[in-house]
Amino acid sequence: MLAFILRRIMQSVVVLFVMSLIVFSMINLVGDPVDMLVNPESLPEEIDRVRRDFGLDQPAYVQYWKFLTGALSGDLGNSFIFGRPALALMAERFPATLELATTALVIAVTVGLPLGVYAGLRPNGWGARIIMGGSVLGISVPTFWLGLMMIIVFSVILGWLPVSGRGETAVFFGIESSLFTVDGLKHIILPATNLALFKIAMVIRLTRAGTEEVMAQDYIKFARAKGLSSKRIVRAHLLPNILIPIITVLGIEFGTLIAFATVTESIFAWPGLGKLVIDAIVNLDRPIVVAYLLFVVALFLVLNLVVDIIYAVLDPRVRLQGEEG
Amino acid sequence: MTKRTTIAMLAVVAAGVGLVGGAVSAQDLRVALAAEPTSMDPHYQNLTINNSMATQVYDALVLQDVNQNLIPGLAESWQPVDGTTWEFKLRSGVTFHNGAAFTAEDVVATMQRAANVPNSPSSFATFIKGKTFEIVDDLTLRVSTENPNPFTPNDMSRVAIIDSAFVDATTEDFNTGQAAFGTGPFTLTKWLPGDVIELKRNDGYWGAAVDWDNVTIRPIGDGTTRAAALIAGDVDFIERVGPADLPNLESRDGLSVFKSVSNRLLYMTLHLADDRMRPYVTDNDGNLIASPFQDIRVRQAVSVAINRQAIADRVMDGLSAPSGQFSPEGYIGYSANLKPDAYDPDRAKELLAEAGFSDGFKLTIHGPAGRYSNDTRILEAIAQMLSRIGIDTSVETMPASVFFKRFARGGPDDTPEFTVAMSGYANGSGEPSHPLRIFIHTRGNGYGPGNRNGYSNAEVDKLIEDGRASMDIAMGEKAFIQATETAMQEYALVPIHHEIATWAARDGVAYEHGALDSTFIHNIRSK
Repeated sequence: MLAFILRRIMQSVVVLFVMSLIVFSMINLVGDPVDMLVNPESLPEEIDRVRRDFGLDQPAYVQYWKFLTGALSGDLGNSFIFGRPALALMAERFPATLELATTALVIAVTVGLPLGVYAGLRPNGWGARIIMGGSVLGISVPTFWLGLMMIIVFSVILGWLPVSGRGETAVFFGIESSLFTVDGLKHIILPATNLALFKIAMVIRLTRAGTEEVMAQDYIKFARAKGLSSKRIVRAHLLPNILIPIITVLGIEFGTLIAFATVTESIFAWPGLGKLVIDAIVNLDRPIVVAYLLFVVALFLVLNLVVDIIYAVLDPRVRLQGEEG
Repeated sequence: MTKRTTIAMLAVVAAGVGLVGGAVSAQDLRVALAAEPTSMDPHYQNLTINNSMATQVYDALVLQDVNQNLIPGLAESWQPVDGTTWEFKLRSGVTFHNGAAFTAEDVVATMQRAANVPNSPSSFATFIKGKTFEIVDDLTLRVSTENPNPFTPNDMSRVAIIDSAFVDATTEDFNTGQAAFGTGPFTLTKWLPGDVIELKRNDGYWGAAVDWDNVTIRPIGDGTTRAAALIAGDVDFIERVGPADLPNLESRDGLSVFKSVSNRLLYMTLHLADDRMRPYVTDNDGNLIASPFQDIRVRQAVSVAINRQAIADRVMDGLSAPSGQFSPEGYIGYSANLKPDAYDPDRAKELLAEAGFSDGFKLTIHGPAGRYSNDTRILEAIAQMLSRIGIDTSVETMPASVFFKRFARGGPDDTPEFTVAMSGYANGSGEPSHPLRIFIHTRGNGYGPGNRNGYSNAEVDKLIEDGRASMDIAMGEKAFIQATETAMQEYALVPIHHEIATWAARDGVAYEHGALDSTFIHNIRSK
C-alpha cells in the first residue's frame, strides 16, 4: 500500500509539472492582460510601466521560470487585478465553494439513494417510471436555465427563499460557515439544490442499476428463503454491496462539484471560487487562472488517490498496484 | 499583513456587524451592483467601479456632480493665481472618520502616496505627475505645473484624499479597513470580497447628509438574478437592468425604473491614413486595396448608411440614443450644431459612386463581444446596412481581452490592426478636451493614444493645444467645441449611439442620475 501511495505521489508531481507548462503556455497565447488592466486610451508610458511592473515585458520562458521557482516555495504569483497572492484569494473563496459542494453532495445522496433503491426494487412500477423519467430530465436540463427557474419560482413567485448571495456566517468549532445560521441555510438551499440536481439523477441511475444487479444474486434469494424481512435485506445485504461503486463515482464527482460549480455560483452570486475564476478568465488575470487550474489538477489527483484507497479498504478483493501478495 | 490576519480581521468585523444585519429598519438600504471594486484602496486602480465606491468613503478636493460638472469638495474654492499655478482654499473643520483633522498636509501626503502605489494596474499618477504642491498655510494649497494647465481642478477631482497618517499604508491595509478612513458621507464597516460591502452613515459629514443609516451592497453579476432579487424584495435598489427584464420591472407595481442617456459612446473608427494596402478590405474580386475611407465621401456614406434609430429600437430595445458626437446633450463639450446623421441609403450609394466605388467593395469589420451592451448584434446590424449600399461586409468579433490587443497593436510594427472597428468610450475626466486629446489629435507626444485610424488635421490639433494651454476655461471650451465640430464633420470617427443607463428601485427609493452610468450610493434617496 505504501509503495503504491509513494508511486502515485511521484506520478502526481510529474503530472502537475506538465500541466503547469501546458497551462502557462496556452494562457500566454491569449490576448494581453495589460489591455484589460489599463484604460485602452492610456498613454504608451503608462502601458509600458504596467507591463514592467507585472513582468510581462520578459520573454515567456523567463516568466515561466519565475513562476516555477515561486511555485516550489508555495507562491503562485500575485493576481494582476487584486494585487494579492493568488493562493490567498483562492483560500478566501474556498470555504464558500466547499460548503456549497458538500451540501450539494449530501442532497444528492439523501435524495438519490432512496429513490434509486426504490426504483431498483420495483423496476416496472409506476413510481420507478416517474423517478427514472425525472432523472432523465435532471441530466438533460441545463443548470443555468434550471437555476433561473428556481429563482423565479421559489424567490420571486413564492417568496420563500432569498435570490442570491451567501447569507450570514457563524463560527463553530473554529470553522466559519453559513451552514451554522438560519439565514445562511436559507441562502444555500437554492444553489445547492441547483448544483445537486444533476448528481441526484446520476445517483438514482447508479443505485437503481446496482440494486437490480444485487437483487438477482443468490445470496439475496437465500436471505429471502430464510424469511428475512425486506427492510433487513435492503439494509444488511443490499446497501453495503451497492455502495462501493457509488462511493467511487461520488469521490470524483465531489471534485467536479468543487471545480465546476462556476455556472451555479455565477447565477446565484455565490462568493466562491467559480466566480473568482470566471472574472479572472474574462479579465485575463493569468496568475489566478493558472493557480486555479493547478489547484483543480491537484484536487483530482488527491481524490483519485483517496478513492483508490477507500476502494481497497471497502472491497477486500481489490489489491492496489505495487502491493505484492 | 498576512492573509491569515486578514481573514481573522474580517471574521471579527463580520461577527460584530452580523448583529446589526438582522433587523432592517426604514433607513437601511440594500443595493445590488453588477460588479464590485478590485480593492478598497482608493489609489490602487483607476477603475470606474473603484472610483465610484471611493467617493462614498472619501472626498477629493473638487467633486463632480452627476453630469461631471465640478463642485466644491474638500476645497471650498479654487482659482488661478498666475499662468501656471492654481490656489485651493480648503474647507475648515473637516475631520476624517478616525477623528484626525483635515489640513493641506493630508493633500500633499495623499498625492505622494497615490502616485506611487506598487503594482497598480492603472495608476493615478496620470493626474499627479508634473504637479508641484506647496502648502501656504493649513488651509491653503498651491498647485503649479510647468506649462499652463486649466484642468488642474479636474485632475484634483480624481484623487481621493486620505489622512496623512496613512501615507505609507499598503493596499492591504485599506482592504482590511485598517487604513480606510476618509472624510466621505459613509464609513466603510465591512468588505467581504465577492460577497458584501457594508457602509454606515458618517454623522459628522461636512456636506449634505445621506438618507441611509446603513447600506449593504452585494455584487450580483447576472442581470436576471439582479432583477429577481429586486422583485423578490431581497434588495431595494439595482443598477443595469437588462433589456429583457426592463418591461417586466416597468410594469410591476411597487417598483420604479430610472433611465438616463449616459456618456458612454459606441463609435466606429475607419482607417484613413495614406497606406498602400489595408488588410480586411478588398475589391469585389478579393484583391487587397488601399483604404477607401481615405475619401471623406466613403466615410460619410458609411455614416448615413447606418440606421441608428433602427439599432436603438430593435437591437437595443430602446436603451440607446443615436449620436453624432462624443458628448450627449447637456454634457460638457456638447455642440448643438452636431446632429446624428439621418439614415439615407440612397445618398450613401450616390456618395460611394462619386468616390468611384459604384460597385462597392468587400470589408470585414471587427469588434469586441460582450464588452458593450449588445455589441455583437450592433455590428451584425451595421454589416447588413453596409451590405445594402454595396459594401459587402462581414463581421468578426472576439473577447475583449483579444480585441483590445489587436485593436491597439495587432498590425505590423505594433500598429493598429483593423481597418474598421467598433469600440466604446466614456469620458471619465469631466473635462471637454479629453476625447479630443485622446482620439482626434494627431498621434504622438502624449497626444492621440486612441487615434487608431491616422486622422490628422493641423488646424484641429492647434485648437486642441491652444485650448489646453490657456487658463481661460471659457475660451478653451469654445476652441474644443470648434475642434469637435470640424473633426466630426470630417468623420474622424463615426459615432453610433450613447447607451442609456438604467436603475430600478422599490417605491420609496429614488435615484438622482446624470450622464454617468456608474452608481453613486449617496445619490440614492429616500422619498
